[in-house]
Amino acid sequence: MHTFRKKYRVYVSPYDPCPPMTKKTYETPPQLYLGFQPYGLPQYPPSEALRQGTLWPALYAPYQSPYKDKYGKREADE
Amino acid sequence: MWIYEKKLQYPVRVSKCDVRMAKFLIEQYGGADGELAAALRYLNQRYTVPDKVIGLLNDIGTEELAHLEMIATMVYKLTKDATAEEMERCGLGAHYANHDKALFYGNAAGVPWTATYIQAKGDPIADLYEDIAAEEKARATYQWLINMTDDTDLKDSLSFLREREIVHSQRFREAVEILKEERERKKVF
Repeated sequence: MHTFRKKYRVYVSPYDPCPPMTKKTYETPPQLYLGFQPYGLPQYPPSEALRQGTLWPALYAPYQSPYKDKYGKREADE
Repeated sequence: MWIYEKKLQYPVRVSKCDVRMAKFLIEQYGGADGELAAALRYLNQRYTVPDKVIGLLNDIGTEELAHLEMIATMVYKLTKDATAEEMERCGLGAHYANHDKALFYGNAAGVPWTATYIQAKGDPIADLYEDIAAEEKARATYQWLINMTDDTDLKDSLSFLREREIVHSQRFREAVEILKEERERKKVF
């Protein structure tokens, strides 16, 4: 199973002017992997589907900020 | 011809008085990858794509108008009770000077919407690839907006809109596969 978020390390120079962000992330949501959607995939019940924005668990990829909060520099997940 | 339903596609609740966030949300209203650009792009391209994918552009273009309403609701709720001074303090002084609290189609930096944001090349593959890119860029914008707020109710609506971008991207990708016409064919080499 693939992950929806990838991480990589960034070079930090001893001469950088600002406190470093050593890890960067980017999103890789399910549509990159699914191909032509196969018939008969499992579905959410209607009320849940309306809430989440998709009928298909295979396409559900919730996003959370990788930062601790609006002001936090460090990424929350190691 | 459209039939209008007098409700939002998904509830919009804003629980934090954060006028500054309105300025940033406008990116998704009248920005290059915003909902207005998306709706006009798809609803215009739909005339000149193969029959098999007209319906898709029609339906997604229509849904983008529903998303436009949701963004408008967010901006309206955040600005309706602001004073001129508050608007100015939150970076919306120039907007206020021109528009008062009226919404306007521009990006977060105040640049007015322009038709040069969208394309219609007439080549179905070129147009669908642009549409896929537009969905991914809108998804990214929603991510950055989610990063910029700690209002959980606002985040909830933005997360719904981001998920719809994922689904739209998936359907445009499938449209490309349909036009390639290799999907069901048994290949013998």
